[in-house]
Amino acid sequence: MKPLLEVRDMTVSYGMIAAVRSVSFEVYSGETVVLLGANGAGKSSILRAVSGLIPGGGTVRFEGEDLAAIPAHERVARGIAHVPEGRHIFGNLSVKENLLLGAWVRRSSLAGDLDRVLALFPRLKERYSQSGGTLSGGEQQMLAVGRALMSRPRLLLLDEPSMGLSPKLVESIFSMLADFHESGMTLLVVEQNAAMALTLASRAYVLEAGEMKLSGTAAELQDNPLVRSAYLGE
Amino acid sequence: MRVSAEFLRRACSPGKYFNARTVAAAGFIAALAVSRYGLLDNYLQLLLMLIGINVILTMSLNLINGYMGEFSVGHAGFMAAGAYVSSLLSVRTLAAFSPFWAFPCAVLAGGLVAGAVGLVVAVPSFKTRGDYLAIVTLAFSMIVKSVIENIDAVGGPRGFLGMDKLTTLPWVFFWVVVTIWVIRNFIYSRFGRGVLAVREDEIAADLTGVNTRNVKMLAFVVSSFFAGIAGGLYAHLIQYISPGSFDILKSTEMLVMVYLGGVGSIAGSILGATTYTVLLEALRPLGMWRMAVMPLLLVGLMIFRPRGMMGLKEARWLVPSSEREGGDSK
Repeated sequence: MKPLLEVRDMTVSYGMIAAVRSVSFEVYSGETVVLLGANGAGKSSILRAVSGLIPGGGTVRFEGEDLAAIPAHERVARGIAHVPEGRHIFGNLSVKENLLLGAWVRRSSLAGDLDRVLALFPRLKERYSQSGGTLSGGEQQMLAVGRALMSRPRLLLLDEPSMGLSPKLVESIFSMLADFHESGMTLLVVEQNAAMALTLASRAYVLEAGEMKLSGTAAELQDNPLVRSAYLGE
Repeated sequence: MRVSAEFLRRACSPGKYFNARTVAAAGFIAALAVSRYGLLDNYLQLLLMLIGINVILTMSLNLINGYMGEFSVGHAGFMAAGAYVSSLLSVRTLAAFSPFWAFPCAVLAGGLVAGAVGLVVAVPSFKTRGDYLAIVTLAFSMIVKSVIENIDAVGGPRGFLGMDKLTTLPWVFFWVVVTIWVIRNFIYSRFGRGVLAVREDEIAADLTGVNTRNVKMLAFVVSSFFAGIAGGLYAHLIQYISPGSFDILKSTEMLVMVYLGGVGSIAGSILGATTYTVLLEALRPLGMWRMAVMPLLLVGLMIFRPRGMMGLKEARWLVPSSEREGGDSK
């Protein structure tokens, strides 16, 4: 089986500093893959290079197609949606406008998609005409995810979906991601909350200082003594 | 003007009779009547026309500085392009034709040339991110000024005249309505939503698939087109244009009207342009001192209403019915 997303020898540099060094991994259709690692390990840089926000060396293939010459906005049209770290919602625009912008690449009728996303996040329905900036952190995260879903992605990239949320909200976000996984969606998740992330993942990769250190199924990594001591706090 | 009390009462209470279309139709009839039968004295008519031209300029700049969140400081350059092209056309080329057709064609041509110039400015400006637009547009307006000063065929620094006074109240009103209609429909279109996304968060705009470069270019071309239209109307109203009429002060005036009325708002643009034009006239007795009052007003505004009188808010009747909250016409 061919992978949906295939990353080979990716390098990302900020000036003289190499944040990601020759990283390779793949994501198969229907999988939930988690990238684990400490602050500054290069996880977010990988996601940004996959979605085209920053240039990266090496090759990124999506459904077999080399993405090198494809700018970020066209990658969305090809089916890659990225929920960025810090949510980046449009603060002065209403929830409705935020969601509609998520489907900017599609010109077909969006009414069905709006209903689908609002059914998924009833809270957003309550806040429908409120501006995004007035939402609470958890609601903003839901809005960011909902906005990404509006483009009907085949691969959803999530950068630290639990960041800055209360434990209860983290749990509900993760149970929602588990539902996405159940429904057959393909997810690539970057997360510092390793314990939570591993319950969700099919497979995981561990990054350290920009390099790939470990990889395996979630169960394997959960039993790995290195992971247990470094990321699960045991 | 004699209007029935019933009409006034209805016009003042938003509802069935008060929508963009009725306002446009009633305004156009009023403008026709005023200019045909001289219902207002010439000074008031001139003031109304200046207000209209300033509304067009303010809407044009608001598209870039308010809706898109970029910062252009050289819009007078586009106004100059429109003014000179339309004036040249009506004096040299179209003089033999009936002004009824020649005048709108000249104004439109001025707008189109200004739009094309806008595209030339936009291409290098939007290759980079950040505040480069301010620098590029500033340089651009200086280039326009010195180019015109060095072309003898258009009078160089002495300026250009010979246009008939073809700008009338109905024409100004017509172009104001066209500007509002086009910019409103643009803002509430898919592309317009992209413009707002660029202002709010360019990274997120990229991530939601907005083609930010195309969106910026299109907005800039639309904006410079209307600045050119305003230039053509201005030239055929004052009947004299010179490089000095389109210097950095003119651009500053436009900025003041945008930030006075309110960023990202059509109603704000109308309000800002009207307030500024009327105040400037009302303060005329102060002589030189009026130029001290305006900046003070601005400072006060920035302290008490930093987004302008209508910042990011829109008058309900200017919002397409499908976009209104709890839409009343479904």
